Amino acid sequence: MNNEITGAEIVLKSLAEQGVEVVFGYPGGAVLPIYDTLFKQNSIKHVLVRQEGGAIHAAEGYARSTGKTGVVLVTSGPGATNVVTGLTDAMMDSVPIVCITGQVPQHLIGSDAFQECDTTGITRPCTKHNYLVKDVNKLSSVFHEAFTIAQNGRPGPVLIDIPKDVQFASGTYEEKNKIIIPSHRLFEPSPDFEKNKIEEAVELISKAKKPIFYIGGGCINSGPKASKLVREFINMVGSPVTMTLMGLGVVGSSDKNSLGMLGMHGMYEANMAMHECDVMINIGARFDDRVTGRLDAFSPNSKKIHIDIDESNINKTINVDVPIIGDVKQVVEKMISIWKDRKYKIDTDSLKLWWDKINKWKEVDCLNYNNEGKQIKPQYAVQRLYELTKNTKTFITTEVGQHQMWAAQFYKFEEPNRWLTSGGLGTMGYGFPAAIGAQVGHPDALVVDIAGDASILMNIQEMSTAVQYRLPVKIFILNNEYMGMVRQWQELLHGGRYSESYTDSLPDFVKLAESYKAVGLRAKTTDDLDNVINQMIETKNTVIADIWVTKEENCFPMIQSGSAHNEMMLSKDQKQDKKSADKGKILV
Amino acid sequence: MNKSVYASPDQVSETKRHILTVLVDNEPGVLARVIGMFSGRGYNIDSLNVAEVSNDENISRITIVTHGTSEVVSQIEKQLLRIVPVHSVTNLDQEGSSVEAEVALVYIYISETNKKKVYQLCDLYRARKIENENNTTIFEIAGASERVNRFIKEINEITKVEIVRSGPVAISSIKKNEEE
Repeated sequence: MNNEITGAEIVLKSLAEQGVEVVFGYPGGAVLPIYDTLFKQNSIKHVLVRQEGGAIHAAEGYARSTGKTGVVLVTSGPGATNVVTGLTDAMMDSVPIVCITGQVPQHLIGSDAFQECDTTGITRPCTKHNYLVKDVNKLSSVFHEAFTIAQNGRPGPVLIDIPKDVQFASGTYEEKNKIIIPSHRLFEPSPDFEKNKIEEAVELISKAKKPIFYIGGGCINSGPKASKLVREFINMVGSPVTMTLMGLGVVGSSDKNSLGMLGMHGMYEANMAMHECDVMINIGARFDDRVTGRLDAFSPNSKKIHIDIDESNINKTINVDVPIIGDVKQVVEKMISIWKDRKYKIDTDSLKLWWDKINKWKEVDCLNYNNEGKQIKPQYAVQRLYELTKNTKTFITTEVGQHQMWAAQFYKFEEPNRWLTSGGLGTMGYGFPAAIGAQVGHPDALVVDIAGDASILMNIQEMSTAVQYRLPVKIFILNNEYMGMVRQWQELLHGGRYSESYTDSLPDFVKLAESYKAVGLRAKTTDDLDNVINQMIETKNTVIADIWVTKEENCFPMIQSGSAHNEMMLSKDQKQDKKSADKGKILV
Repeated sequence: MNKSVYASPDQVSETKRHILTVLVDNEPGVLARVIGMFSGRGYNIDSLNVAEVSNDENISRITIVTHGTSEVVSQIEKQLLRIVPVHSVTNLDQEGSSVEAEVALVYIYISETNKKKVYQLCDLYRARKIENENNTTIFEIAGASERVNRFIKEINEITKVEIVRSGPVAISSIKKNEEE
């Protein structure tokens, strides 16, 4: 009996044993015992956000920039429902999160009590797993299992719902190493299971004439070592490589083999190479519809190798020839050793022909844009931001829309974990809180949220958080007074009827920053731009830089919905034929 | 093959009925996880059966009858395995490798004119009358779904009935090493 502590104390003790340094949260009635315990200790820092949605995106930014698990603490009812978007975002992009929610005391569950909701019911489809803990003695084992599940296999969010009476009740704490998690609840891949498949894959690569590596976020989730091994293997093969939005940074942008990003707004040469390759090596990507375009015309003549830790991604949308289930670093390590042992070498003549072809595609210069005049082009703004920050340790986050694609196209990433964006769910409002999380994890780094004027308003309240914790996050708004991507689709597919996509009555972002006691800067022409960026970098405070860009710029190149990789649109003048445009219109 | 918003390239295999056996930890919410996966991803459930099968290990067996192409059913199996409390998923579809049965309870509206026919039919199908305190004519019939279907069709031609069916349960009939 002497060893008993309260449920709230068990929560904090579990977090401490799991090595948690920071919790993003917002208090409320059903989590008061946990907040009371938090008050009495010093090992875990709490970052108070201004809306729970901010807490979970901050935890995502923290997790993705540090490789650790992000922890969120919110109350019952609205606290829990406000994190649903972030949980779904973390689910789609495989971000390890443990989210703790308070719940009304057990005797009130089901009575429509104040701030009651069916949290585990609501979050079941948007978490990897969730728990409603009814017994205080099970609390510590639930926590340890939750952290393991969040990080294990394909990472994801796990939610723990704790009724208030359980937080007050006394129980015993069990240490992490005393908990045995049954193996069926975890995913424990081994490259040995897939030995034959791996050998088959390596042999296929060695015989390729037109290979391409297609790299996804799974390589980043597998840890920095995975990126190193992937680079090493690609170098050994001498093959071109393209990355998804989530995979940017796995192979450096300046790497001679890199063709940059592929997909809807990817590079012309990357998409053409995907279309014409004879062997495709997908490592940690999932054939997302933003990447594949029209499925029946997707890379029609290639043998496909698919390395994924989640078996359900195999043959989900694209049938592959050699599936390998496993963790990227383990599988690629094995591939490298087989390649070396068997002294494989790819046919240099064919490879040269392949590169010649690719270099021809590069000559199209698909990112080319008209940069005349004093008005700032959004592409130019990102280019200047890159040039002026490339020698600093910089983390870039984004919101969702045109600015996100321009950031992906024009900012060059050399390292994994430096690029944080909402890929799968496409959550506007992600970037700013994610930047806060990244800054908490890397206090000395430069963290810039490349934002749009519409997206930034979705979580602008977090200005208060950034200023309170003296987080010198920079918000770089490409301000065109439109929901740019919506406007672009309306222009291309809906006859230019800009229905509700003009953002009228925008705040004065400079004054807005000042009202939060942050710094506001503005660039109206190209003459101001470099100055503003430099000033922004040098300011040791939260900054909003309001960059006025041309209003009706479109994001190109583009594979329109319903089109294939080899049907890229390079500019507005190149219209999709009406029939496929109409077919594409119903797609997202 | 897929649920992508983009057109599917090769929807070749035919839609068939499949019986899946899913072993799960018997914990709160596990059934909701399983059926939520089906509705959330747009798969079909034709029937569903859940019961605890092992007291000591706290494991339940869920039998799901679904239909779909082999590609869709393979996705269903993989998606089920992602659910944390799921131990295993077995597709019993392989022909001849499993036996299945279900139970139907049939309340038969009986009159002097149809009585003889009803009892003859029940005899033929080995449907058993269940004793009950009100002495109403409730029959139980067990067996493969098709047999139950045929019985119901024929009894319906004779008289009015009210039916409840369990949906099938099934077990693999592949010979196992029985020495324990």
